[in-house]
Amino acid sequence: MARDNQPKPGGTNFTRRQFLTDTLKTACAVGLLGTGLGLYAKQARALPPLAIRPPGALLESDFQGACIRCGLCVRDCPPQILALAKPEQQVATGTPFFVARELPCEMCEDIPCVKACPTGALDHQLTDITKSRMGLAVLVDHETCLNFLGMRCDVCYRVCPLIDKAITLEIQHNQRTTKHAMFLPTVHSDACTGCGKCEKACVLEEAAIRVFPVKLAKGEMGHHYRLGWEEKKKAGKSLVAPEIDHQYNLPEGFKYEHGGGLTPDVGGESVAPGTRPGFPKATHGDKL
Amino acid sequence: MSEAKKIGAEAVAEKGWLAAHKWLLLRRISQLAILALFLLGPLAGIWIVKGNLAYSLTLNTLPLTDPYVLLQSLLAGHVPEKIGLIGAAIVLVFYFLAGGRVYCSWVCPVNLVTDAAAWLRERLGIKGNAHISRQTRYWVLAMTFVLALSSGTIAWELINPVSMLHRGLIFGIGMAWTIILSVFLFDLLVSQNGWCGHVCPVGAFYSVLGKWSPLRVSAIKRSDCNDCMDCYAVCPEPQVIKPALKGEAKGLGPLILSPNCTNCGRCIDVCSKSVFRFGIRK
Repeated sequence: MARDNQPKPGGTNFTRRQFLTDTLKTACAVGLLGTGLGLYAKQARALPPLAIRPPGALLESDFQGACIRCGLCVRDCPPQILALAKPEQQVATGTPFFVARELPCEMCEDIPCVKACPTGALDHQLTDITKSRMGLAVLVDHETCLNFLGMRCDVCYRVCPLIDKAITLEIQHNQRTTKHAMFLPTVHSDACTGCGKCEKACVLEEAAIRVFPVKLAKGEMGHHYRLGWEEKKKAGKSLVAPEIDHQYNLPEGFKYEHGGGLTPDVGGESVAPGTRPGFPKATHGDKL
Repeated sequence: MSEAKKIGAEAVAEKGWLAAHKWLLLRRISQLAILALFLLGPLAGIWIVKGNLAYSLTLNTLPLTDPYVLLQSLLAGHVPEKIGLIGAAIVLVFYFLAGGRVYCSWVCPVNLVTDAAAWLRERLGIKGNAHISRQTRYWVLAMTFVLALSSGTIAWELINPVSMLHRGLIFGIGMAWTIILSVFLFDLLVSQNGWCGHVCPVGAFYSVLGKWSPLRVSAIKRSDCNDCMDCYAVCPEPQVIKPALKGEAKGLGPLILSPNCTNCGRCIDVCSKSVFRFGIRK
């Protein structure tokens, strides 16, 4: 210790230089660590598609600034579906998630996970679990879905907590058998909460219906797009004035009605007696 | 190791083993009891405390939030729920009064790891020591704030060994043990008291918080000091002792005022002359 107190020629300069070098060294090392961590943090913001956040979770970019990784949501989840991510998992370390195919959300009416969150990373504005948007179910594989193959599996539809709202069965003609109907499970994004019950219940080896983050699952129309029929309904009248009836080019003496097909026009100009009108197969096929 | 100059041997001879390990034992009891309270829920189903050191709810009423992680969240641009803020306020007041780094020596689970490394380092007589400035931790602290601000996420929590160990013990550790092992080996082989005394920004945060804390170790009977150097040898932040112990000539008081002191009380234990005791700053 005494050695530090001895005056040395140029001692002050040396100390100052030493100090500056040390400070710079530390700053550089910490800067390097910070850069590495910053890049890692950027990568960690990409949530893998199969990991689903609890109900009410903020958008992923906001979530990782809000969640302090306390695990209270994990503790207060009655069916215990949530886990905190471990460092080797792709989800940001310590944050809560669930995997629908393993254990789906049971959609508790009182939403205890959200109530337990001390930061609002799970938004306390969410009080109606049916308004939750954890993700969106998508029937990803039409080739293996049993209903698409013409069978009546219907399991995803039956287990859906919002049956007939979030998933409906849409009837279509079965082209293969030609005499049956297909009942196609169809997800509606205005009702689906992304609970994952359908994915969990899918009877296949790999689920044909899966919950994805809404951003992955949904398309988005051009913001200037308008649906004519809805605009018409809103306005209460046609927005194209005047509305023109569709014109058909028909053989002379025939008329066409939607659903009624092609018939001789008895009211109009008469067909010459004794002549049988020919059927315009070439133009309309046999589907008329 | 030379048996003749074992740290604290004089104190044991003078005061007896128990008195020469009093604060160490109390500290271990505190660390393990806090851990046990957290573990009682997941292991035995007795839910006195829920959560982890980032935020916990005791008996479903008392919220305690880590103010450091909450501050990062605020910098990331998120305002927490009221209960999170109340929890942080309680913790801030407690450590302001008790000494910020009481967190490090009495609560933090990594202290058990780094103390074990320090103990083994001494037993094995490992002398090598990388020169790392003790100011590094404040740079790292600043870096974590800058990252939170610039990335909008609590980036430090992705790799923070403190929360990883505590959360890991309670919620499942996964590969986080490799990070804890790295901290242990760093302290054992690379730098003495390297993690807690040089790098850890959590400790740096609590240092800043405890800068004006009233509860301090005091070298009240410094005139009795026989220069055995045991307190310096046992202290994880030995630079904090000198002004209080040897500063009488310069007009410095006997209180250890450096915010880096962790109030661990080991200097009180190992001093055969009972120079130190806990005191209050006036």
